[in-house]
This record gives sequence, C-alpha cells and structure tokens, in this order.
Amino acid sequence: MSGLEQWNWYLDGWIIVAGILCAVSSALLGNFLVLRKMSMLGDAITHAILPGLAAAFFISDSRSSIPMFAGAVLAGILTALFTEWIRSFGKVDEGAAMGVVFTSLFALGLVMIVQAADHVDLDPGCVLYGAIELTPLDTILISGWEIPRVVVVLSIVLLINLLFVIFFLKELKLSSFDPALATTTGFNATLIHYALMTLVAVTAVASFETVGNILVVAMFVVPPAAAYMLTDRLVRMIVLSVILAIIAAVLGHISAITVPRWFGYQSTSTAGMMAVAAGLLFVVAALFAPRHGIVVIFVRRQILAWKILAEDIIALMYRIEERDAQQKPDAAYLREILFSSPLPTNLTLRYLTRHDQITDSDGMYELTKTGRDRARQLVRSHRLWEHYLVEHAGMSAENIHKQAEQLEHFTDRQLREKLNEDTIDTDQDPHGRPIPPENKTN
Amino acid sequence: MRPFFLVFLFASFVPQTLVIAAGGSREAQAQQSITDRSISIPEWSDWKRVLFLQDYNTRIVVLGTTLLGMSAGMIGSFALLRKRALMGDALSHATLPGIAIAFIVATSLGLDGKTLPILLVGAALSGLLGIATILLVRNLTRLKEDAALGIVLSVFFGAGIALLGIVQQMKTGHAAGLESFIYGKTASMVASDAWLIGSAGMICVLISVLLFKELTLLCFDEGFAVSRGFPVVFLDMILMGLVVIVTIIGLQAVGLILMISLLVIPPAAARFWTEKMVNMTIVAIVLGALSGMIGSAMSAVFPNLPSGAMIVLVATAMFLFSMIFGIPRGILIRKLRRYELNTKINRQHLLRGIYEYLETRGLLNEKQTLESLPVPVETLNQMRSWSLPALKKIVKRAERERLVETIHEDQLQLTEAGLKEAIRLVHEHRLWELYLITYADVAPSKVDQDADAIEHVLEPEVISELESLLIQQSTMGVIQSPHAIEIDQKQTNPQNPRSQGLT
Amino acid sequence: MNTRESSTSAPQPELPLEETPLSVYDLTVAYHRKPVIWDVSFKIPPGKLVGIVGPNGAGKSTLIKAIMELIPKASGRVQIFGKPYQKNRQRVGYVPQRESVDWDFPVDALDVVTMGLYKEIGWCLPVRKKHRDLAMDALERVGIADYARRQISQLSGGQQQRTFLARALVQNADLYLMDEPFAAVDAATEKAIVQILQEMKEAGKTALVIHHDLQTVPEYFDYVILLNMRVIDHGLTADVFTPENLQKTYGGRLTLLEEATETMRRREQSL
Repeated sequence: MSGLEQWNWYLDGWIIVAGILCAVSSALLGNFLVLRKMSMLGDAITHAILPGLAAAFFISDSRSSIPMFAGAVLAGILTALFTEWIRSFGKVDEGAAMGVVFTSLFALGLVMIVQAADHVDLDPGCVLYGAIELTPLDTILISGWEIPRVVVVLSIVLLINLLFVIFFLKELKLSSFDPALATTTGFNATLIHYALMTLVAVTAVASFETVGNILVVAMFVVPPAAAYMLTDRLVRMIVLSVILAIIAAVLGHISAITVPRWFGYQSTSTAGMMAVAAGLLFVVAALFAPRHGIVVIFVRRQILAWKILAEDIIALMYRIEERDAQQKPDAAYLREILFSSPLPTNLTLRYLTRHDQITDSDGMYELTKTGRDRARQLVRSHRLWEHYLVEHAGMSAENIHKQAEQLEHFTDRQLREKLNEDTIDTDQDPHGRPIPPENKTN
Repeated sequence: MRPFFLVFLFASFVPQTLVIAAGGSREAQAQQSITDRSISIPEWSDWKRVLFLQDYNTRIVVLGTTLLGMSAGMIGSFALLRKRALMGDALSHATLPGIAIAFIVATSLGLDGKTLPILLVGAALSGLLGIATILLVRNLTRLKEDAALGIVLSVFFGAGIALLGIVQQMKTGHAAGLESFIYGKTASMVASDAWLIGSAGMICVLISVLLFKELTLLCFDEGFAVSRGFPVVFLDMILMGLVVIVTIIGLQAVGLILMISLLVIPPAAARFWTEKMVNMTIVAIVLGALSGMIGSAMSAVFPNLPSGAMIVLVATAMFLFSMIFGIPRGILIRKLRRYELNTKINRQHLLRGIYEYLETRGLLNEKQTLESLPVPVETLNQMRSWSLPALKKIVKRAERERLVETIHEDQLQLTEAGLKEAIRLVHEHRLWELYLITYADVAPSKVDQDADAIEHVLEPEVISELESLLIQQSTMGVIQSPHAIEIDQKQTNPQNPRSQGLT
Repeated sequence: MNTRESSTSAPQPELPLEETPLSVYDLTVAYHRKPVIWDVSFKIPPGKLVGIVGPNGAGKSTLIKAIMELIPKASGRVQIFGKPYQKNRQRVGYVPQRESVDWDFPVDALDVVTMGLYKEIGWCLPVRKKHRDLAMDALERVGIADYARRQISQLSGGQQQRTFLARALVQNADLYLMDEPFAAVDAATEKAIVQILQEMKEAGKTALVIHHDLQTVPEYFDYVILLNMRVIDHGLTADVFTPENLQKTYGGRLTLLEEATETMRRREQSL
C-alpha cells in the first residue's frame, strides 16, 4: 500500500499549503542571504530566538503569542546586530562571530526557560518547534471559512516578504552586490541590510513556531542555492527558487507519507522530508544545470575534446594527401602523430566514417569529398591564422603553429574572410605551404 | 493518524540537558508560586561538595567537561584560523542521519542499537560524508562555502529527523532515549563517558601538537604549503577529522549547539590575548577547560541551571571579557591606543600651529625672546579646524606636559622644551612633505605609519637627501625652514642640519 | 616530414637540461573556460635575473602558479633543472603576492620565515634554535631583523614583502619565483629587494620576477619575458626589450584574435 489512500484533502491539503507558504516566504529572502554569503544566518537566528521567547514570557507572564512573537523577532534582529558588532569591533571572522552569538543566545535561552519550565506549562519544545502536522487542528474562522491559524499567519508573512522583494528589488540587488557602492549612490545599504534581517527573523519565527525549524532553515538556503545553479539572472533566480520551494514542499509531504511504507513503516516527519526533497532538487540542479551543472560541464568538455580530435584527424589527413596523394594512413599512424589515445581515436574514426567524412578500407583511411571540403576549410583557417599571427601579433614563424592549431577549430567562414582581408594577399602560409582556397573542387 | 511522531518531534528537539537538569529539582520547587523565579541560593555544604569535588558524580562531570573543553579549544583554534568556525555547526547536524542509520542497522542485526561505539561510528561516517559534500559543493559548483554549509546542515538534519521518525516506530531496540544519547546528557555523565572524552580528546590534542607547524602553515598560507610539497589535502582531512572526533564526543556529552560553541568561543576569545599561534592555542585550551570546569561546577551547585548551557555561558562571559579587556587585541586597549595616537597628533598640531604662527609673522628671527612670544588661542583655533573647547583641552594637556604656558586668559607661549619639540616636529613634518613630493610613487604607503621619527622608517640616505633639499628650498625662500634660525649655536653641526634643534 | 609544422625555438646555445633552471614547453592554462595563457614556451639560463612583463590579465601570475603546479595546466610541460617540478621542488623558492594570506594571522615575522624550513625540519618535529637562527639570518639579510618579533599585520607593506622574501631565502633554493615583489612597496624596500636579487645572482641563483614597472626593467633584469597570454618574445633585455616588442605586448589590439577567443568561449558554452 502506498499510504496515499489515506490522503485526506482537508488535512493533507492544509499541511501542504502551510509547507508551501513557509517554503516560499523563506526562499524569497533566502536568495539574498545566499548572494550575500550569509546562508548560515537562518540557522543562527532560529537558534538564537530562544531567549527572546523566554524573556517575553517572563515579562508578559503569559503564553499569548503576540509578545512571544515580538520577543523572538527582537532576539533574531539582535543576533544579526551582535554578529556585526563582534565582527567589526572585535575584528573576529564573520563565521566565528555568528557562532559565538547564536550559541550564547541559545544557551541563555535554555537557562531562562528552565527557570520558567519548573513553574508553568511552558514546554520549550512546543513553543520553539511547532510541527507542520498540527496545522489543520488549530483553526480560526475568517468570513465563514475555517482556516488554520498557521496558514493565515504565513500568508501574511509571505505577502510582506513578497512586497519587500518586489519594491526593493533594485536596492537589494545593489546592496547585495556592492554595499559600498549602494551607500555612495544614496541607498542606505545598512538600512536595507537590517530590513532584510528583520524579515528573516519574522519569517523564521512565524514559520518554526508553526511548521518546525528544520524546514525554514532548509528553505532559506537550499532552493535559492539550486536556483543559483540554474540561472545567472536575479529575477529568474528568485522565480526559480520559489518554484523549487513549492515542488520541494509538495514532494516532501507526499514522500513523508509514502516512502516509509515501502519499508513497512508508517509515515515520517513531513518537515524533515521537505528538507530532504529540497536537497534532492539541489543535487539534480547542481549536476544537470544547463550551464553550471557539474555533469554538463564535464560532458561539454568531453564533446569539445572529441570534436577537436575529429577535426584534427581530417585536417591531418588533408595534409598527408597534400604531400602524397597515394598515402593512406591507418589508425596507428594518426594516433602517433596526434599523440592521442587509442579509444577516443578509434571512436572518432568510426564517427567520421559514419558521417561520411572519411572512408575506411581495411584500416586505411581516406577522405571523402565532404570530408575533404571540411578539412580544406580547417587547413585554410589554420594557415590564415598563422599569417595573421605573424603579421599582427609579431610572433616568429616557429612559434605560431600551436596557436593556429587551437584557433582553427573556432573559425567560421565569416571570420576566415575577415582574416583573409586582414592579411596581405598571399596563397602561402609563413612556412611556405599553400593556403587552400575557400571553395574548390580538387 | 500521525500523532505519535509529533510527540517524538518535540522530544527530539528538546535539549535533553534541560530535561535532565530540570528533572531533579522539579519536585522540590513544585510548591513555589509561579511568579517566584529566583534561583535558590545553595547552602555552604553544597558549595563545599562541589568545590572539593567530594561528590563522585560531580567529579566525573567536571573532569569530563574540562577535558572536552581542552580538546575543543585546541582543535577549534585551527578551525577558526582556517575560517571554518561554522564547519562544526554543519558537521554536528550532519551526524544525525548517521546515528539513526547506525541504530536501524544495528537493531536489525540483532545488536543493541544504543551501544555507544556503534552510534559514534555512524555519527562519524555521516559527519565525514557531510564534510565531503561541503567540499564537493564548494569546489565543483559556483556556490560559496556558506551555502555549502547551509545546504548540508539543513538537508542532512532533515534526513536525520525523517529517519528518526522511522526509528521511533521500530518494535525492537527501545529507541526511546536515543536522542538523549545524541543531544547531550552532561549531568548524567558516567565514568566511562569521561574516559572516552578524555582519551579521544587527548589523542586529538596529541595529533595536533605533533602536526602543529604543518597545521599552522596550512591555515596561514595554503599556497605556500602546496609549493613546498606538503600534502595539503591530506592535512586538511586530518584537521577536519579532528573536528569530527571532537564534535562527536562532545555531542554525546553536552549536546549539539553547545558543542559548536566550545569549538568556536574559546579560540575566538583567546585571539584577543595574543599574537602568537602557540599562545593562542594554549589560551584557548585554558579557556575551554575553565568553561567546562566552572560551567559544570555551577550547574552542580545551582541545581536548576542546565550544565551544558552554563558551560556555554561561562565561555561567553570569558569571550566578552576578552573582547573588551584583552591585550593586545581587545576593544579597550585598541580604543586606548587610538586615543593616545589622537592626543599625540593633537599635541603635534598644537606645537606646529604655534610654530607656524610665529614663523609667518617673522618672529622666529628674534631669537632672544622666542620662548616668551605670546600666541593668541583664537588664532590657533582658526588655523586648525578645532573647536574652542577641544583646543582648550589640548592646551591643558600640553601645559601638564610643560610644553606650553598660558600667560594670559587666551594667550599661549612655548616653554623651552616646547620650543625644541616644536622645532623637531616641524622639521620632521617638512621632511615628510618633501618625501611625499619627491617619492610620490611609493610614499603614501609609508607616511601613514605611526612612526615617531622619520629615521625609523626611511633609510639614512633618503633622509640626508631630503635634508639637503630642505635647506635648498629654505634658502630659496620656498619654505621657511626651522633651521634658518639658530636656536642653540653650540649644538649646531653644519654637516647635519637635523642635529639643530634636537637635543 | 613533421606534420606538427613547428620546431623548437632555442635562440641561445643549448645548455644541458639539468643546468637550465626552468624550461617551459607549450604551457596552456585555462581558468574555467577562458584560456589565460596559450602555448607558452621558453627557457631561462642560470644565474640570471629574469623579469616577466606584460599588461594586467596577461597571465603573469598564472604562469608562475602553473609552473609551481598550484593551478592545473591544460597542457604542456615544465622542467626545473631538467626534472618535473615535483622532483626538484626543494630547488624552487616561491614568493607569493602579498594579498594571498590573512595578515591578521597570529604569527610574527620570524615564524613566517621559519615556515620556509618546515619541510627540512620534517613532520612532527619541533622548530629548534638553529632553525630560528637561520630564519633570523634571512631577516637580517632583508634588513628587517629588528621587526622579527612583530605580529605580521603590524609590519608595513614593504616589510611584509621582505618577510616573504626572507622566507624564500631561507630555503636556499636555486630558482626563485616571485609574484610582484615590488608591488606597492616603498623605495627603500625596492632597493633592498634589488640588492638581494643581485646578491642571489652573484651566488649563481636564478630569479624569475613578475614586474610591472617598465621603467626599471633594463636596470633590474638581465633577461626578459614579454608575456601577453602568449610569449611575445624572450631573451636578453638588451635584445628583446624594444619599443616594437612592447607595442606588441601592450598595445595593438588583436581584434580578430579576441573575436576568435570569444567564439571559442561561446562555442564551449553552447555545446
């Protein structure tokens, strides 16, 4: 059984909605944390708000949520502030400063809460670490609709974050990129910084009071980081991070219900699985992102290397033909001259044969007509480049071959014509070999 | 449908230090009113019991936390200087799935899942996997270290939570209390725990002592280490491995967050007290040990203070103290130095101002009355953009140093010592100005040095060259040089004009 | 016939490879996807002060780092006294750029210089007095022995540079690679460094120095490598440090070359 037959649109629906709201509000701000290299701040703030909660409880002597919320947010902002102070006044490395501040505040909070916990029913676990699974149980009535309180709170937070990001996009962009420039051009980078910190604290507090802290910490970092792998544009990055956050939330809840069943257990923590889902999305993005993905970069390099090898082979065969039209090289001979290893060479030869650039007669290779045309263009590029380099870069004739070798693979017809125009009219390269014409039937 | 793991979720997050520490005192304080939150002051006997380590339990706890503080201080110093302070944070979170899996595997193999070594092996493996992931993300993608840390921390921890959700449902293996194994149980530490911490910690310390110079080089100048043929990756692995070991034994003892603080706070505090690597690690070890000792002792004396948190707060207190009062890098000493520098500059400006005032009025040639020439304060105030109260303060200070005298309500004159100092300063200043002009290409990096005397910074040849330039210019009337006047004929050395005016 | 179409260039009389401090063959290095130096080949003779000059971004630092294998090379070969760098590492001293380290690190000048000896001291063994004495001598040579016990952030830029130089000197290497030792230092330091270079040369050592002040090139260096992504020319200063070569190195934009490089980059990305 998959577990999904127990799916209850009311319960599970609201859980997913709460998860999405939390994930999206966190991811929106998280983009700027990642870009500012402050990804650990979400983690720090979620730990550091503990004394704020405790202090609010001591002062108001109640468990009502407004003072608690305010206390927690204040503690969150103080975390950012103290970190900055210790960094600038104490000349301590930023990571260490953050480590000092949030662990200290957390410890302080623990001590305070123990004092309180002995007297009243203030369960730090309950206050600190809500659970997303409880979402549908605590509802309020809004114009006749019974809506979970969490969803209402998170919707407000999301709205605020969204407005903040939309209205201050260019300020955020500039101050994330270059705070000094931002200040000199009239934006107050510090103000933007603390506004961002405040919203991070608000989001963190609102989220983990209701859906658990691990989810908010993960959503601050993972979807924006994945989005950063996928694009170079800020707006696209923000949109992508939001989409990824939504996918992670939905996927997380479904897998929390289904995956444990495969192993004979019941469902597990939704927040934990949402974090794991986000992690998986990140892994996919990091590996397969179209431009920056690890696999993509690797494959791209390989393809390029093969392409170059293929071109080298036909250009070499053209030169051999040029010298002695009768000679037909075999694979070993080509390998020896090109210093290439057997496997790629043989694969490339097979590729060239299949694409009708060369013919294979018992291990001896010969250029076809298309192959010869292509090779002629390559050799032409090569020799034009040699000319250009000698004439314009002032390089001596014995130094230029290697460069031309590299350049020839990236020279199209248009560039060849320009090269031709830019060099003195000649049909010989600096080594005295003929420069083949652009189009010719031999 | 899923209420059981809600309960679990709470339990897994509640730091167990809190529960354990609170447990003992709950009954005793049950009678007290809600509003009474004062900490009961312990009896002398309680103090004595702790201070003299009479209680076996206290002895163990104090010993264990002290040893932990020492090893964390040492390893943390390297981690801090390698700018990896938060690595411990990510790492300790990353151990969670390993612990859960170790428990599941051990239980399904019919072993006792809560055997400490099994759990520690699981923790170490997933910690190392976490570090490897961090390094991979940082090196292979365009993301920076902070994002790599954040990703590993949250995703691994999320996976751990999800796995613990499954562990909780296992019929065999008594998963209850597993979290307390992980999230610290300082107060209930037993002798074997202290031994484990002690031996593992000492091994870490020993390794880092043996590799002290190699690790220092790694932290200071990785590129140079590579160029000298040191296996940097291997060294880095050793350092990270040490962090893993210390973190894991600490997790077990004081809990997750508190362990991070032991790795970060004592070394960061130690940095304020020294400019030497060796001294820094020693101070970090001492501070770590003191935090462990005092923190756990305090929690033993005051029954409702959780020991893990107290250890951190003691460390924090030491950090704050060090940051403010530390010498030579604390805030106060740096402010003091700045203040001294400012007063010195102000004094120099005052004396030069007086001198230039006299100079521009051609009064310097009347050598006989030079010391007693009055200078109006108001004019000085206008020469520099001082405010009158600020100038008054500066004047007062100079008077205390017997450099100037107030002859009138608002008139000053130089004393003999003041005159000599003024001449020296003006001379120095003009040499610097000349240097700036003649060596414009390189000068700026030199001039802002807080050097008293030009000869400490510049080569003698450069100075004598400048001297001759200065004399040239003054005879040409460009700058009225202090040497134009002969203050003390007896000391005049025609070869070296600098000796004039200087005693 | 040689289809490689190129011949090895060696304008100077051939020295045995074991006596050639540094020979570089067809070295190509790429950062990310952008080639930084292309097919660089040169040899430097022993006992010479060799300057590398070229505009910003010409790959001067990259060249040195690739020689030291601090960054991977795409292709090519480097030999130090006839052997790969790994084999002859102890004969190479390196003076990195000043910005490459955290000057706030808790070590003093003497400690930094001693680091040059860590390899000789050996694993796990402590620094002893004789090592400190050697380091002190090196500091003496560069003229900042008075500041040996100062924390390194309290040294001036010139003194920091001299500390790095002393760290290289203490290794007693035969070939020194220096990455902009004259960058932002005062006249006194510049003079001191030049004097040390001369002393090194008299002792038969070779130094390869990245330099950016064209004015002083003929004065400081016997031998020059003109670099702008590729070697424009190399040889005795008197022969190759000519206005035409400088024009080729610094001026005269090779528009078509740039275009091709751009195509190369785009193609690799779009694949």
